[in-house]
Amino acid sequence: MGFFLAKDGVNAVLERWRDDYLIYAPVRMAGGGPYSDTDSIQYGQIHRVEEIVYDQKSRYSFKEILLPLSQTLFFFTEDQIKEAEELKKGAIIFLRSCDLHAVKRLDQVYLQNGFEDYYYQRLRKRVKFVLMGCQKAFENCFCVDMQTNIIDTYDASLEENGDGYVMDNHCAEWESLLSKYSLRQLDVRPSHVTETNVHVEIPPGVSIDVAKSKMWDEYDGRCINCGRCNFVCPTCTCFTMQDIFYTDNGKVGERRRVAASCMVDGYTDVAGGGSYRKKNGERMRFKVLHKVYDFKKRFGYHMCVGCGRCDDICPEYISFSHCINKLGSAVKEVDGNDA
Amino acid sequence: MDTNTKLLKKNAFRVTKVRGVTASRVRVPGGHLKAEYLSLLQNIAETYGNGTVHITNRQGFEIPGIAFANMPAVNELLQPIIEGLGINQQESGKGYSAAGTRNVVACVGNRVCPFACYDTTAFAQRIEKAIFPNDLHFKIALTGCPNDCAKVRMHDFGIMGMTEPQYNKDRCVNCGACVKACERKSVGILSEVNYKVERYADKCIGCGECVLACPVGAWTRGEQKLYRLTLLGRSGKKNPRLGEDFIKWVDEDSIIKIILNTYGYVQQYIDPNAPGGKEHIGYIVDRTGFEEFKKWALKDVQLPETAEVYTPVYWKGVKY
Repeated sequence: MGFFLAKDGVNAVLERWRDDYLIYAPVRMAGGGPYSDTDSIQYGQIHRVEEIVYDQKSRYSFKEILLPLSQTLFFFTEDQIKEAEELKKGAIIFLRSCDLHAVKRLDQVYLQNGFEDYYYQRLRKRVKFVLMGCQKAFENCFCVDMQTNIIDTYDASLEENGDGYVMDNHCAEWESLLSKYSLRQLDVRPSHVTETNVHVEIPPGVSIDVAKSKMWDEYDGRCINCGRCNFVCPTCTCFTMQDIFYTDNGKVGERRRVAASCMVDGYTDVAGGGSYRKKNGERMRFKVLHKVYDFKKRFGYHMCVGCGRCDDICPEYISFSHCINKLGSAVKEVDGNDA
Repeated sequence: MDTNTKLLKKNAFRVTKVRGVTASRVRVPGGHLKAEYLSLLQNIAETYGNGTVHITNRQGFEIPGIAFANMPAVNELLQPIIEGLGINQQESGKGYSAAGTRNVVACVGNRVCPFACYDTTAFAQRIEKAIFPNDLHFKIALTGCPNDCAKVRMHDFGIMGMTEPQYNKDRCVNCGACVKACERKSVGILSEVNYKVERYADKCIGCGECVLACPVGAWTRGEQKLYRLTLLGRSGKKNPRLGEDFIKWVDEDSIIKIILNTYGYVQQYIDPNAPGGKEHIGYIVDRTGFEEFKKWALKDVQLPETAEVYTPVYWKGVKY
């Protein structure tokens, strides 16, 4: 059912939602950018609809809520273990179509990949998603080519429309609340973009042979292996484990899991001092082919959702989409090598 | 020809090699100006000067080749520049009201540079408003960060932007980028403890390299704009010296108050026979001792809690 709500109506709904949920949305963190006097658009808890930033893309994705960058899993003493507390409430996450497509990828990896990840699952089952319709594509978006520009698996949608907001609701338990606080019912179709400035073409003939291409060498020098592309990516799911022994008492501690990046040093370190993929070009190759080749080989669809955040944030102006578009000639190059 | 050279100099003109020919010195506080003023400078240079302009060491312009007789006309043409750049003036249309206190210099600052911790030009303009016009020979420079591209330690007052890094442990993924950046590019005061980062705050110089290096936004900049203030650096004939550290983590208001207090100190202690009424403040401190200077400088200054005053300051004194 679709609804038209005044701003006050939306805020009344948010207030009611907050009884049961923490509400997360992209917000403006004043002074939160890396440079002085710059803001950062990133996920934070909101109380009112005005706090939600619609006109800019968030620097980091919603992923941080489902997969905290640093999460304590349990505490341990010499002979006991105590699981870290679960969130007291569920969560409602405001996100765009590409990001909701990314949720499918996270679910794939954490729930449908052999076994269910306990910590992901216990949070995931209490999360609802509100789609933020996109009226225009941002710089570096290529969702249309990744077929992630449209989605209908949201619990609700919300976007500004004229002097109010329109919401499409899929969640039965919210129906009466929305009826109460809306001005009228109407048919709502969340906005979506049909055209982006950036286009990508993933050539059909990509195979593991493309790893042999010279195209990756360029990134040995250009990339600084900072991992920003991974940390902002809504589909990167890698983590590492840390067992911490408290400095005051080395016999007790906690286990954390912490986001990891395949671009950052240490990711491929193994016992005995070995390390694979030492060169940044090799790391770039691994990441790019994971996003647009081997994930699909395993699960049937591409991992990359085309949000373009990796391009937005790269301090060395390395473009992921540009790299994808070089795969075509790389495929020909390695085919030629074989001949 | 009868010209009062004292007044000519005070009016920001220069006595040059060529008799009867002067140069106009245009101040640009903070070294940043609207491009439209360049065409006004061009017009002055081509109408009354020799068609050239010198970009000065202190980020002003010097328009040479002006006949003494044309100084009033040049002052008229300078008026929109003086007004546009917000220079305090005693009488409109009469050019600059003083030249002793020099143009306030600034690096490009955070209008452009990623390292800068603040808007250097804006602060320079604020200082200019507070101190100009004044005949005393004060040199002030601002730089955005501890890289000190503006070489502020060569000036009487060196103002260096600092950022107090804020650490959000929950966002840290222990990638090591900040620790490496601090070690390689700065003072090496970050260390990894239990897969998180600890900062030895006493030794932090507030360069912000950790914030710039952090890929996840675990490090952010402190809300407050804070600075390092260095004192009484100079080059020149006698006793060249780099500015000494005076206060770390000090705020804008305190800096301005300290500078204004120093004008009082100089008026009190300047050598009454100083050539041209000009004496480097450092030489005065050589005579009075640093503690006397400090007493004047900090009078009625309400330093913020963050401020760390260097005590003692080892004032190196006269070498030759």
